[in-house]
Amino acid sequence: MASVTPLRRERRADLRAYGEPWRFAMGGALAVGVLLIAGFLLLVAWNGVSTFWPGPIAQVTLADGTLLAGEPTRSESYRPSQELLAGTPPEWRERIAAQDGFASRQLYRTGNYDLYNEDFRWVSEYEVGSVSYPAELQFFERVEWGPFVGRILRADLGGGPLEGAALEEGALREAHARARERWREIRRLERGEIGDVNREMEAERLALRRAALRFGPESEEHRALALRVEADLAALQAQYDALAARAAALRAEDQRFRVTLADVNGREKEQLLSDLTRFYPANRLSAWDGLGVYLSRWGEFLTDEPREANTEGGVLPAIFGTAAMTLLMVVAVAPFGVVTALYLREYARQGRLVSIVRISVNNLAGVPSIVYGVFGLGFFAYTVGARIDELFYPERLPSPTFGTGGLLWASLTLALLTVPVVIVATEEALAAVPRSVREGSLACGASKWQTIRRIVLPQALPGIMTGLILAMARGAGEVAPLMLVGVVKLAPELPVDGVFPFLHFERSFMHLGFHIYDVGFQSRNSEAGKPMVYVTTLLLITLIALMNATAIFVRARLKRRFAGSQF
Amino acid sequence: MSEARQEPVDEGTAYHIVEGQGGTSLDIEKFSLWYGEARALREVTLRVQKGLVTSLIGPSGCGKSTLLRALNRMNDLIDGLRTEGHVRLEGEDLYGPGVDVIALRKRMGMVFQKPNPFPMSIFENVVYPLRVDGVRDRGLLAQTAERSLQASALWDEVKDRLHESALGLSGGQQQRLCIARAIAGDPDVLLMDEPCSALDPIATSRIEELIAELRGRYTILIVTHNMQQAARVSDNTAFMYLGRLIEYGETQRVFLAPKLQRTQDYVTGRFG
Repeated sequence: MASVTPLRRERRADLRAYGEPWRFAMGGALAVGVLLIAGFLLLVAWNGVSTFWPGPIAQVTLADGTLLAGEPTRSESYRPSQELLAGTPPEWRERIAAQDGFASRQLYRTGNYDLYNEDFRWVSEYEVGSVSYPAELQFFERVEWGPFVGRILRADLGGGPLEGAALEEGALREAHARARERWREIRRLERGEIGDVNREMEAERLALRRAALRFGPESEEHRALALRVEADLAALQAQYDALAARAAALRAEDQRFRVTLADVNGREKEQLLSDLTRFYPANRLSAWDGLGVYLSRWGEFLTDEPREANTEGGVLPAIFGTAAMTLLMVVAVAPFGVVTALYLREYARQGRLVSIVRISVNNLAGVPSIVYGVFGLGFFAYTVGARIDELFYPERLPSPTFGTGGLLWASLTLALLTVPVVIVATEEALAAVPRSVREGSLACGASKWQTIRRIVLPQALPGIMTGLILAMARGAGEVAPLMLVGVVKLAPELPVDGVFPFLHFERSFMHLGFHIYDVGFQSRNSEAGKPMVYVTTLLLITLIALMNATAIFVRARLKRRFAGSQF
Repeated sequence: MSEARQEPVDEGTAYHIVEGQGGTSLDIEKFSLWYGEARALREVTLRVQKGLVTSLIGPSGCGKSTLLRALNRMNDLIDGLRTEGHVRLEGEDLYGPGVDVIALRKRMGMVFQKPNPFPMSIFENVVYPLRVDGVRDRGLLAQTAERSLQASALWDEVKDRLHESALGLSGGQQQRLCIARAIAGDPDVLLMDEPCSALDPIATSRIEELIAELRGRYTILIVTHNMQQAARVSDNTAFMYLGRLIEYGETQRVFLAPKLQRTQDYVTGRFG
């Protein structure tokens, strides 16, 4: 018998066999990902949350004697050029040389753009003579020109100028509150009621034009209508005049309340009291009052319209536009995507053609979003919209109604962009419904459609919801295509209001994502916009998270309905 | 040592069945079936007796499940399926032109290998065949649910939780629920495709008791791998091999005194 050498096996498995290095690699990759996301969220949250907190105002006396005052925002170290260093005292030159040529500098938000043509100023450490925090300095937020940093010199509260001790703070605050009330009333009159009258006049004119287009300008109908419209217009004009007179009276009243502000250098600036949105003595603000300013700034941000090229005021129209567009997109994409996937998975013969369609759908998800924007503009706005205008709104031409970007076209464009996600997710959810329950249903005498409707779809619903959530998240964060199909920097009217037909799908709208881009990179003063970028980003993330949380909650409810273990 | 057992399989089928009082329910005549090129059934001729329990036995791949699924045309879902021959239910050809497959399936209940309750309440599971027919009468639905659950011996266990999810039941309960669902539509025939293969012995014996109770009310055709089970529950047994019907006769005789050697070999466990 030939002896066989036994196969000797290593009894102890080595580290590689356990996959140890891979486990570290996988864990490491996850950790890096989590850290990146956590860091990003932390950065956005911290900057977003802290932006509105009122800081102190520093009064800086430079070495050459000039005075400036402002809110310190951030500091950095930089390498001053030789020419700059030439003018500094020798001991500073030595210190900077000891620091490898680096000096630090501080950015102050000095405001007073109308006086100095700048909002911010860098102050290098070697320029500083002394820094103090005078109690009488105040931070004024204004309707125009951005903030003012300085003090109140005198005020006219309707009864002649008051100065010094005669000017009580309580009286000033009260007069200010009334002035703001008046300001809002004027705005409501001019924007709201006069706007309504204007809209009605426009509607009358359009009706007349429609009659002219339909019956001819010389026809009996047109002439009769023209007479009526003329009478209506006269009545409306009278209403308009009355409202305008009321607004003018209010404005005249408003003119009597004024404050004169002075900056640290004594330059004066006279303001209408109503043009100050908020003012506070930054250096003698208690934590409680600070919280008040903080919350009131958040309130303004969330519920007001933007001012000053979007760098101030609120973002309510953008919040509203984002939410409306996303919801409309989901409403459009859900049935479309689900029905398509149903046909692909349940009815179409699984062959080469279906495979090609499926691959194409998957590839659609990879098309750059701006391409969808171009398509949306070219197809929806310029083709479909233009045809709608011709058919239904001929009297408004040449100014387009649906023939340009708007809420509806933006939503449909995004629906198109996200439909592959929904199709793929729905197909997977449908495929995951086991054959056994389908056969059980068919064996009960259910038709294919009844089986799909009563058994397959309910069971696939959570999976379909997951697809919709992904689509929603993608759609809500998309900006590039929107710039082509309806998002604007400043929309005068919300897409939903009290005017018939209440939903105005043709209107252009504002969007938080575009707002970020606009404030951060398109505004006059990107330094002033920077904090707003963070706040708006925080808001956008919160909004998307909220919408997703709602969808996930709904999905959990659906899942619980079919809960229970298999055995 | 091995004997050459390559007997020809084209020996004629041996018939010696118990005749039911109602005559023939399902009349299968020279029925052949192909999955694409592969032939799964070869000229099967089988008369299923009305009101009796008939077992289909045979080794894996012999075509017994295929035959069962061919009876309510479950195989229609498969691409490339082709059939020849006839299957008649009470004289009506199931594979004739213009047959309404859905109406046909309503005359047959089917119970599958693994319990397949729908992800809905126990009540909705049972009345599903009625829901499909558009029945909305609450009284009728409740009555049917109770009758079917009682018939499937599940009523006492679930009567207090009819509106809880059916997925919370045990495997054996789920299978009895599926039986209740299958008989809720009041079919003529009950097709059972290895109904106990996923169940433990206790649940199995309950299903077998249930089959004994349902005997007489429905024509029952049951596919099983378990020969003791076939011996216990059925009146007639059909033994299939390689797509052919080899022997079809009274259960006692198929197991104790089969006519053909091949049947003898299978039931005594010499192959299979």
